[in-house]
Amino acid sequence: MAIFGTKKEREYKEVIKGKAWVFPDNVDTDAISPGQYLDNLKATLDHTCETIIKEFPSQVSVGDIIVAGRNFGCGSSRETAPNILQEKGVAAIVAESFARIFYRSSFARALPVLEVENISKEFTTGDEIEINIPNAEITNLRTGKKLEGEKIHPILLNLLKNGGLENQLLSELKSQGKK
Amino acid sequence: MSGKTIAEKILAAHSLSKKEISPGDIINAKIDLIMSHIGTAKVALDFRKIKPSKMRKVFDPDKIVVLLDHYSPAPSEKWAAAHDIIRKFVKNHSINSFYDIREGVCHQVLPEKGHVRPGMLVVGGDSHTTTYGAFNAASCGIGNTDLFYAYVKGELWFRVPSTIKFNITSNLQHRVMSKDIIIKMAGDYTAEIATYKSIEFSGKTMEDLSIDSRMTMSNFALELGAKFAFGVPDQKVANWIKNRTSEPFELVKPDPDANYDKTYELDVSDLEPQVSCPHTVDNVKPITEVSGTKINQAFLGSCTNGRFEDLEVAAEILAKNEIHNDVRMIVTPASREIWLEAAKTGVAETLINAGAIITNPNCGACFGAHGGLLGPGEICISSANRNFKGRMGSEAAKIYLGSPATVAVSAIKGELTDPRDF
Repeated sequence: MAIFGTKKEREYKEVIKGKAWVFPDNVDTDAISPGQYLDNLKATLDHTCETIIKEFPSQVSVGDIIVAGRNFGCGSSRETAPNILQEKGVAAIVAESFARIFYRSSFARALPVLEVENISKEFTTGDEIEINIPNAEITNLRTGKKLEGEKIHPILLNLLKNGGLENQLLSELKSQGKK
Repeated sequence: MSGKTIAEKILAAHSLSKKEISPGDIINAKIDLIMSHIGTAKVALDFRKIKPSKMRKVFDPDKIVVLLDHYSPAPSEKWAAAHDIIRKFVKNHSINSFYDIREGVCHQVLPEKGHVRPGMLVVGGDSHTTTYGAFNAASCGIGNTDLFYAYVKGELWFRVPSTIKFNITSNLQHRVMSKDIIIKMAGDYTAEIATYKSIEFSGKTMEDLSIDSRMTMSNFALELGAKFAFGVPDQKVANWIKNRTSEPFELVKPDPDANYDKTYELDVSDLEPQVSCPHTVDNVKPITEVSGTKINQAFLGSCTNGRFEDLEVAAEILAKNEIHNDVRMIVTPASREIWLEAAKTGVAETLINAGAIITNPNCGACFGAHGGLLGPGEICISSANRNFKGRMGSEAAKIYLGSPATVAVSAIKGELTDPRDF
């Protein structure tokens, strides 16, 4: 199937902590979700982002957080990109900027993404990172450095709290259907 | 109060929230048209999650267009099964604007069949949905979950974008095409100059461009990050649309005192043919700096440059020439209509005589599905829109992006070549 879909419950937490993976500028959707594996979840899990960080697919663990440069998720509209990162257990992405479709698809899937200027220079892969999502506060727990990002719009924050657009739609239809 | 840009006018007209809107606002807006291709299979599966089952309804089957252009004809059993799910889904939901594998690439077929008109708000399950900006529609790509939501509700949230303007003037040199302008813009201003922004193209050069060439600009604008990418709203585009649909429409023009984030002035009189070098679209060099680079494959096709004008220029160049023995040239017309036109006019014959391979109209090799992938170490010059590592097969292959003229001339020479001498 073209698009994998995720089984995992996405529980919203205001404050999350995890290990940082530092990515460069312009990480594209073909690197995250290669075109030749779009019909193969297992292969995508095994190869996601390997052209950028070779050990990422084998070493990323649940709760890890991606810290990236500019234009993260540029390229295709394929939602398998945020999807596969969620499947890998990535808890949030903090980047200097996001490509538009990746940004909105992340909220649709309740994957927290935050824009923070100059963030990628403040982290090294392996650092502990703490994020306060509603306050858009990022802390590097190794260096103690605190940064503030752009606050998430209340409508989009609600999407994260509701477990994404699909959950929101399915519960709305369920209650309408009872009437 | 200042005037409004095209994006502000169209979003305000579709807003289900407040009617007075400004850049940065988030609104819910009513959608005029949804386009989806292979992602429709995921929508079909998502529909099965809706309970109770009587709620499994699309908001308006007449406002949805579905096409099979990716993986067409199906290159594997899995994709054949996905196509089958889609065919059943459109039947079940009475989606009559369904174009099966024969018709071609979404961004070509929708305008050809008269689905896109000025002033519309269009979303598509494909990033290059910005193409319809050439027809004065506010049009952008979305992911699959948004697509599912839009299918059911007929509305979505939109952040009102600010707008940047590119005012383009002067005449292009011989064999320099609109693709060269937009690649040059990616190089000069980066692949994120327009992220979360709307683009308005204006100026004499834009007015002079054919509709085919304008579509290339609005299409590739996505690679600059654009949310919308409007061409010039003039009589030329209005006439084109009138030939395709009898539905009424009005051009949406920006107010003279509209607010722009920034206006960029471009004089293209000295513009050389440009190429995006591996592995990002904004790694741009003039052709003269990379000429001589050996190539294994030349790809002419895609929603960016698989139109009749593109095939025609290639045929002109290839008419008295043969494709280099070490090069395979693959031509993928963007639609059945274009293929047919190429057949009738002799363009197809010229291309085949020169040694090109013409495939059925589909998205094929452009996104690495099938129909001309690259092996390790191979180099391709492509008229498509992305040169990311691994995009067309091997991660160890290299893709250069250029205009149809650059693709054709390079195919003859077996190396990247300046088309201005042909």
